[in-house]
Amino acid sequence: MGNGTRIGRVRGLGSAHEGAHHWLLQRFTAIGNLILVLWLVFSLAMLPDYSFATVYGWLSSPFSATAMVLLIISTFWHARLGMQVMIEDYLGGANRFAAILLLNLVFLSLGVFGVISVIRIALGGA
Amino acid sequence: MGHPTGAAKRPLSPHLSIWKWGPAMAVSILHRVSGNALAVAGLAVLLWFVGAIAGGAASYETFQSVMGSPIGIIVLIGISWSFFNHLMSGIRHLVLDVGAGYEVERNNRWSVITILLGILLTALFWAVIILV
Repeated sequence: MGNGTRIGRVRGLGSAHEGAHHWLLQRFTAIGNLILVLWLVFSLAMLPDYSFATVYGWLSSPFSATAMVLLIISTFWHARLGMQVMIEDYLGGANRFAAILLLNLVFLSLGVFGVISVIRIALGGA
Repeated sequence: MGHPTGAAKRPLSPHLSIWKWGPAMAVSILHRVSGNALAVAGLAVLLWFVGAIAGGAASYETFQSVMGSPIGIIVLIGISWSFFNHLMSGIRHLVLDVGAGYEVERNNRWSVITILLGILLTALFWAVIILV
């Protein structure tokens, strides 16, 4: 595959030169998710009970809080990239642009909310 | 960002209805289905979980009572299956990325194994939660 003809590129039909970057980040965050979500799964399975005191004590330790913040960043990033691919498959033109813009805003906002929540727990705000 | 007229006429991916079903196609569809389920339901529950803990004992109790209800348990089982299924087909993707496993027989066999492992790990996870 080439980059298209010159007139094709002027019309926006050439390579955007961003595909490999998206593809690589999808893999890097996949490895991050693999490690971090397995940590979460094992941690939750190993908790003696799910009372507030137990869960709060677990998540407020520096190790758990760090892992959880990294998990939120990695999973939200990976999910954003994955949903973008789905949008690109089934939407075109202005709808595609609007959907991806909305996706970015929603995932950035929610991800920040998650990180702030964990920081509040780690610093003993609740 | 003005969209050039030519770009709007580019083809979209074919929808589900025109594919012939096979193991590799099924695992690909399940990868997308479980991935989007995790992106929507999985991350929503995760955010509610950390947000409720940050909010204190009362808000955590609300979260706990909803997730402990029959509907909540069904949602959690769905999320856990989505995770293990997506994990297994994700690892399959990483193997395919290095160029291995494209022979028809092997590809079909591992597609089926991927789906079965996702179900098996989900069952194992809940067995640990309930029994240990």
